[in-house]
Amino acid sequence: MEKRLNEFNVGEKGIVRKIVAEGNIRRRLFDMGVTPGANIIVKKFASLGDPIEVTIRGYELTLRKSEAECVLMEVE
Amino acid sequence: MKFALAGNPNSGKTTLFNALTGATAHVGNWPGVTVDKREGSYKKLGEKIDIVDLPGIYSLSPYTPEEIVARNFIVDEKPDCVINIVDATNLERNLYLTTQLLEMDVPVVVALNMMDVVKKSGNEVNATELSKKLGVPVVELSALRNEGIHDVMKKAYEVAKENRKGHSVLETEDFYDLITKVEEKFVELGESSPLFKAIKIVEGDEALCAKYPQLVELIKSDKEKYKDNDFGGDFEGMVADARYRYITANYADTIKKIDKKTESKSDKIDKVMTHRIFAIPLFIVIMFVVFHLVFSEDLFFINGISKGNAGISGETAINVFTGMGYDDIYLEEMTGVITEKYEEDFGDEADDKLNSAISYVANKVNVELQAKGEEIRYDDIDNLALEDMEIEDLQELLVYSGGDVEEVNPVIGIPSPGVFLQSWMGFVTGKLIDLGAMISETWPAWLSGLLCDGLLSGLDAIFSFLPQILLLFLFIAILEDSGYMARVAFIMDRAFRGLGLSGKAFIPLLMGFGCSVPAMMATKTLEEEHERDMTIRLTPFFSCGAKAPIWAMLAVAVAGSFLGDIFVFSIYLLGIVVAIISALLIKAFGKVKEVPPFIMELPAYHAPQFKNLMAHLWEKLKHFVYKASTIITAAIVLIWFLSNFGWAFWQGMVGIEDSILASLGRVLQYIYYPLGFTWGSEGWKYSVATITGLIAKEDVVATMATLGITEKTIALSNAQIYAFASYNLFTLPCFAAIGAAYGDSSKKGFWITLLWWLGCSYVVSLIIFWLGYLFEHVLVVGIIVALLLVATIILLFVYTAKKRKKVLAN
Ligand SMILES: Nc1nc2c(ncn2[C@@H]2O[C@H](COP(=O)(O)OP(=O)(O)O)[C@@H](O)[C@H]2O)c(=O)[nH]1
Ligand SMILES: [Mg+2]
Repeated sequence: MEKRLNEFNVGEKGIVRKIVAEGNIRRRLFDMGVTPGANIIVKKFASLGDPIEVTIRGYELTLRKSEAECVLMEVE
Repeated sequence: MKFALAGNPNSGKTTLFNALTGATAHVGNWPGVTVDKREGSYKKLGEKIDIVDLPGIYSLSPYTPEEIVARNFIVDEKPDCVINIVDATNLERNLYLTTQLLEMDVPVVVALNMMDVVKKSGNEVNATELSKKLGVPVVELSALRNEGIHDVMKKAYEVAKENRKGHSVLETEDFYDLITKVEEKFVELGESSPLFKAIKIVEGDEALCAKYPQLVELIKSDKEKYKDNDFGGDFEGMVADARYRYITANYADTIKKIDKKTESKSDKIDKVMTHRIFAIPLFIVIMFVVFHLVFSEDLFFINGISKGNAGISGETAINVFTGMGYDDIYLEEMTGVITEKYEEDFGDEADDKLNSAISYVANKVNVELQAKGEEIRYDDIDNLALEDMEIEDLQELLVYSGGDVEEVNPVIGIPSPGVFLQSWMGFVTGKLIDLGAMISETWPAWLSGLLCDGLLSGLDAIFSFLPQILLLFLFIAILEDSGYMARVAFIMDRAFRGLGLSGKAFIPLLMGFGCSVPAMMATKTLEEEHERDMTIRLTPFFSCGAKAPIWAMLAVAVAGSFLGDIFVFSIYLLGIVVAIISALLIKAFGKVKEVPPFIMELPAYHAPQFKNLMAHLWEKLKHFVYKASTIITAAIVLIWFLSNFGWAFWQGMVGIEDSILASLGRVLQYIYYPLGFTWGSEGWKYSVATITGLIAKEDVVATMATLGITEKTIALSNAQIYAFASYNLFTLPCFAAIGAAYGDSSKKGFWITLLWWLGCSYVVSLIIFWLGYLFEHVLVVGIIVALLLVATIILLFVYTAKKRKKVLAN
């Protein structure tokens, strides 16, 4: 099933399919290892519901929901 | 020879750098950007080797100043070797940068750091295998434990003697022929690192593409072929993806991971620290503890408990920030007890009776001293105030008036380390001033004045808050080094986004309540230049400790119609409100930028390292002392000169009333006229005080006292007082803070900031004064205007929110 990363709940896992962002955000996502094929687990949400924390390639990454929206995922 | 350290943030670069270079380290700025440049030398190899600590980066893309600095350094300044520090606990992401560094024509050594952690966790990394795959030497080390750091240098020294040609992990990709095509052209042009540059051209790197449009043209038709692949023909994405694919496919067999079911310590800590409900309260507690340790004079709340509510008057609340020493507090209590006693005993005649009692005691002290052959203590007995008397004489005065000295026992808590260090520093600078006075006794008046009243007291004003600045820095460094700061940004980001700031801006702003100087220096951790500029611009609006005495003085003057502590509280609140409105205004009418991305690593928690912390503090101290001893001193001496000489300065010193500063004050008086507080014949004194406040904000009070205005003699209406307070809150901060702002803002941003401070102070005071004036004279109109104002601010909120949505939608 396909879903965007911002729609994931805490504890959900998935594999990155595609990045649909532009420019700065796109490049930054790639550089931090958010590329097709990468495994992502959503760890937690911040107190105010945004940003989110995920585990990817063995480390903790945080990004805003608006940025997570650009990450198309295949739910595992 | 010159080596460069390159690696991801938090990979241990600075730790290694400090271990290698020790005391030779020195910090500057990279030209044109506010990115720290650390340089030092290593001497254990027979030849002196310069080491440069490049900024921490994840990639060599051209999107952040750090990345541009690091990339240009390697390409243009051609270090003899690049030591690439790789966090062995996080190989996958760290090697991404390595794959890019390998493409440059420069010798590379991979330093596999954090091996102690890897070993402890029972995992294994096969360095030999890794070295074979990368084609460059790989050395295991632990920068923290000083293990293997010299082996890295030896290896680097070896490979530095040979040339290395870049090679790429992209070779197996089907688009590699495009890269080769461009690379050949670069070779023809005789460019350095042709492979690296070729890949950048293919990726569509802006800077390089603009420089070589013919090469972009060369591969344009080839690129067309890839238009319909998964990346829609985006080569940046294809290249990044290829790198990670290569890493995943090849390095899995160099790492042996024991799959542990239990979560790491870092995870456990994080569960609490970023807990959905507890995170924010916990953060508030942590910041309170930090502030308490730095600024409180009553570390264990002894005062508050033993005195109950009686002790929590407006003034005590302020003392938490000013951190007065024991003697100051005793003196204050003593003068308070005496004054009160006279008012009780004599009512209307209190002042006269008190004055004659003062004269009596002072005279008696003088006579006794003279009898002992010593110098008299009080010169001008007729104008002597209680505050100017020695404590022992005050005690005598109290006894003489029929009081009991035992009654005067302010309950003093144990001071916090910050306050303790501050009073110690005050002791030292006080002695220095005494020494200056002694040395210059026989000098001409202007020269001794220059030394004692100009230089030394100026430095005293600045250095007296140095211990607290450093201590505040120490705590911030601990929070930063431990990894908590990144979590603070995570917790607070949502709340700050509406202001065009990220969560990281929160810490500097909060520190502003203590002191603007470390607060502004702490903006270094913000990534975006415009965010740094904006944060620095707003920092002084968070009323710092040195401004508290101004509020304390004005609170007394304003009281009567409403409570002093409400006044003080409202000033702090006003600062925050204006800061928010400023941020919204700048966002609404400034150039609308793309919202800065917030995609960052949350590093694992580490125990902070004493050595690193000290190195960090030492850096800040050097920086501050350098500033204080140059620009700031010059500015202070200038103000000293202006306030002690008339226009005919060759004719010698004059009183401040006849000084150049006073005449400037009289000109300023008219400029400030619309703000209300300079109305009347004494108005120029207030404008002079706003100038001397540039030395240190406490000097506002001191100058007014010199000119004969104290809290009891202020003859301003509440509206005028409020306007004066808000002017001082928003106008240029002290020289030390201006210096810090200059050091950490962009060039253009700095000037806008200065204008913003001046403009803001003028406009806000103007509004406040006239609003107050209306309230005092035509209440109804005042209320209507106030409502209109509030409506405008709400509209501003709505407008920026809409604009933001539009930016996001695009
Ligand atoms: N256990 C361990 N921790 C290390 C090692 N090297 C650095 N650290 C810690 O990693 C954190 C980041 O190090 P730092 O030198 O500031 O990294 P930089 O951002 O690359 O300059 C600090 O808390 C260090 O104490 C190491 O070899 N072993
Ligand atoms: Mg560092």
